Amino acid sequence: MRFTINGTPIDVPDGHSLAAEALARGIPTRRSVSGESRGPLCGMGVCFECRATVDGVAHQLACQTFAGAPPAPVPHLATDLLIVGAGPAGLAAAAAASANGTGVTIVDDNPTPGGQIWRGGNPPIPNRVQFLPLTRVVDAPQPGELTAIRAGAIVRLRYKRLLLATGARERFLPFPGWTLPHVLGAGGLQALVKAGLPIAGKRIVIAGTGPLLVAVAAYMRDHGASILALCDQASARDQAKFLAQLPFSKWGQGLALARSLRGVRPRAGTWPIAAAPGSVTLNTGRTLPCDYVAVGYHLVPNTELAQLLGCATQNGFVVVNDRQQTTVADVYCAGEPTAIGGIDLAQAEGELAGLAIARAAVPHALLERREQFRRFAERLARVTELRPELRQLPKPETIICRCEDVTQSQLAGASGARGEAAQGPAPMNDWRAAKLHTRCGMGPCQGRTCAPILEFLYGFAPPPPRPPIFPAPIATLEESLP
Amino acid sequence: MSLPDVIVVGAGVVGASCADACARRGLRVEVLDAHGIGGGATAAGMGHIVVMDDSEAQFALTRYSQQLWQALVRELPKTVEYTSSGTVWVADDDQTTTAEMDEVRRKHAYYAARGVATEILDPRALAAAEPNLRAPLSGGLLVPGDAVVYPPCAARFLLERNGIKVTLAPPVTDLRNLRAGHVVNAAGAGAGALTPGLPIRPRKGHLVITDRYPGWLHHQLVELGYLKSAHSHDGDSVAFNAQPRATGQILIGSSRQFDAEHTTVDHALLARMLRRASLYMPRLASLSALRVWTGFRAATPDSLPLIGPWSENVLLATGHEGLGITTSLATGELIADHITGSASAIPPEPYLPDRFSNSHALHH
Repeated sequence: MRFTINGTPIDVPDGHSLAAEALARGIPTRRSVSGESRGPLCGMGVCFECRATVDGVAHQLACQTFAGAPPAPVPHLATDLLIVGAGPAGLAAAAAASANGTGVTIVDDNPTPGGQIWRGGNPPIPNRVQFLPLTRVVDAPQPGELTAIRAGAIVRLRYKRLLLATGARERFLPFPGWTLPHVLGAGGLQALVKAGLPIAGKRIVIAGTGPLLVAVAAYMRDHGASILALCDQASARDQAKFLAQLPFSKWGQGLALARSLRGVRPRAGTWPIAAAPGSVTLNTGRTLPCDYVAVGYHLVPNTELAQLLGCATQNGFVVVNDRQQTTVADVYCAGEPTAIGGIDLAQAEGELAGLAIARAAVPHALLERREQFRRFAERLARVTELRPELRQLPKPETIICRCEDVTQSQLAGASGARGEAAQGPAPMNDWRAAKLHTRCGMGPCQGRTCAPILEFLYGFAPPPPRPPIFPAPIATLEESLP
Repeated sequence: MSLPDVIVVGAGVVGASCADACARRGLRVEVLDAHGIGGGATAAGMGHIVVMDDSEAQFALTRYSQQLWQALVRELPKTVEYTSSGTVWVADDDQTTTAEMDEVRRKHAYYAARGVATEILDPRALAAAEPNLRAPLSGGLLVPGDAVVYPPCAARFLLERNGIKVTLAPPVTDLRNLRAGHVVNAAGAGAGALTPGLPIRPRKGHLVITDRYPGWLHHQLVELGYLKSAHSHDGDSVAFNAQPRATGQILIGSSRQFDAEHTTVDHALLARMLRRASLYMPRLASLSALRVWTGFRAATPDSLPLIGPWSENVLLATGHEGLGITTSLATGELIADHITGSASAIPPEPYLPDRFSNSHALHH
């Protein structure tokens, strides 16, 4: 299928994304506001670095543009249970609720179900469950109704009960060179490979923190890439402690990963400090020539929709009770937005939510399983805690906000800045001041990339979301409400 | 330690301008605001510097202030984004009437009589000036001297250029606790909470900003029906108002709503506002909206601000409704004139707060 990207024609095989094909050909997706050539970072429609003029339409996400028949329009839809997100939590909830007689519709902004973890694996949609792929929820105009965008057209989604299974995204940290096109997220690079980016024979440095890095390394290795280094900022001691406490059920996953990693020696206490075209330099002082640097510092929960609906959050996570109910009536939440605990916790929470919504009995063993993996999530949070040295990574000219190209020196007056005295008569002492006076977070990613960075660097609480929670055509906000 | 001559409460563009004008006259000034610099209506507004002809007093204030902005242009840092985009008042008459084009001609004559150059655009000239407007429209009035700024950075610039001390916390709750020769209440829509009895009503507005579309829009466009919306003091109203930002983004307004206390987006009103905008610019509907926000204007019953002495050592600089960015610099001069006992460049009487002194009991 032929697309034009910024005026250049590209043939994209069915099922592949335009971003993957552009990256493979070395075609930048956009020029940043300060003139840098940019390519995809997150690979999952969150960072907006891959937006391009596609077939003459400006600001389209190349990573969400797939070759294949466009989805049929669905202007209106009403359902008993609406699930946002077709990852492990959403699918488990759909199976449990549907098996107990509840009508279920799942929407997801990806082309296939599975979320990020099963991307491309095409897990089955449970019986009698309706699935709307390529459908992105952007607004909540009134109780019981969400607005979504599907192939540029509006979808009005009515529901009686709502389950938010919106997953998580990667956390990125700025360092000199991190905006170069060969530097991507770890999950981001994997998503692009699954969307058609050829990786065989490529030299990759994988870095950051968390178990996702190991999974990405194994995946890349299986697809013929050469892993030059697998670096985790966590210390060897913390990692050993974490592994020693791994739940029994995780051993299988761990052993399988270890087998595919044969010959790759993970490096603890190691992280990238700079990238230059065609290379990356580690804190050990070594510079490694490479084709890609895949860097992700664990995950950030996607809580924007929950917050827009008014659900309470605590420490950045959506508050739920023992039936996965949020603080808003008829709104449930499961998976990473409540705690980053991996696939097992997401499935347990999803099943629990599905049963609770269908008013079916909840087995005690399920609650116990959830507790077990909640404890795992806590240990995971500890081992992935970012070391303070990482705050020193950005230099004055390093870009912090990639949408608006706001540099560290522009934000250096931020009063929370470690090691920097507040400057001038008018310090920026919170997210809002930083945004108003530097444009940090004003771009199309709406702060999804830079807000977690400012939280880490300066301690600024991330901003509450505003409608639309993703950029959307003006027409989306124009429709009169019934 | 000696007391400051002036404490300004409110670090919006009006408060910043008052502080700046006082500092330039050698007074020792401090500014207090718990919500940051330019965090209120200054952050929420459009940043349109516009000469208005709603009344002679409004014309005098907006014209004076516009000239002060023009005199400041060369000093403004890039972050203030001063852009001489001009305003086009858009006329949309149907076949049965020429009311809006009559208004264009009236405005043209009014401005010409007062030394403001404007240009009447016929339908073809209007379409050429703004190809994304619906065609045919009846025409319009181009006011080339009008401009656009980014107000939060303008407020910051005014405070920083003379190194005025700004304290961001804690919130001011009682002006009587402030020790200074003069206290200026420039707290915008929050002014009434500090000075009881002010005839100020918060008037909520919505704005939408798009992604970057350089060259899509050239002038600030305002429908001539705008004044109807601005003047209606009952019910919610919307009017077409679109502005090209220096970034290539398009800022779309406007809505006016009394008695709306919460900052949440009113989806029904937002939809009405955007349908109004699409009526004038149908291709707007396909542009990508990045954000919607709301803010509160400080509205007075006669649509003129409150500038001048109020009680004891308290002066007011508030009630600018939707014109605070335009009239901020003139407000600063008038306040500094009062404090220093100097003559003002324009008659200050129409803006004196005591014009309302019979209408409330709490004035003391």
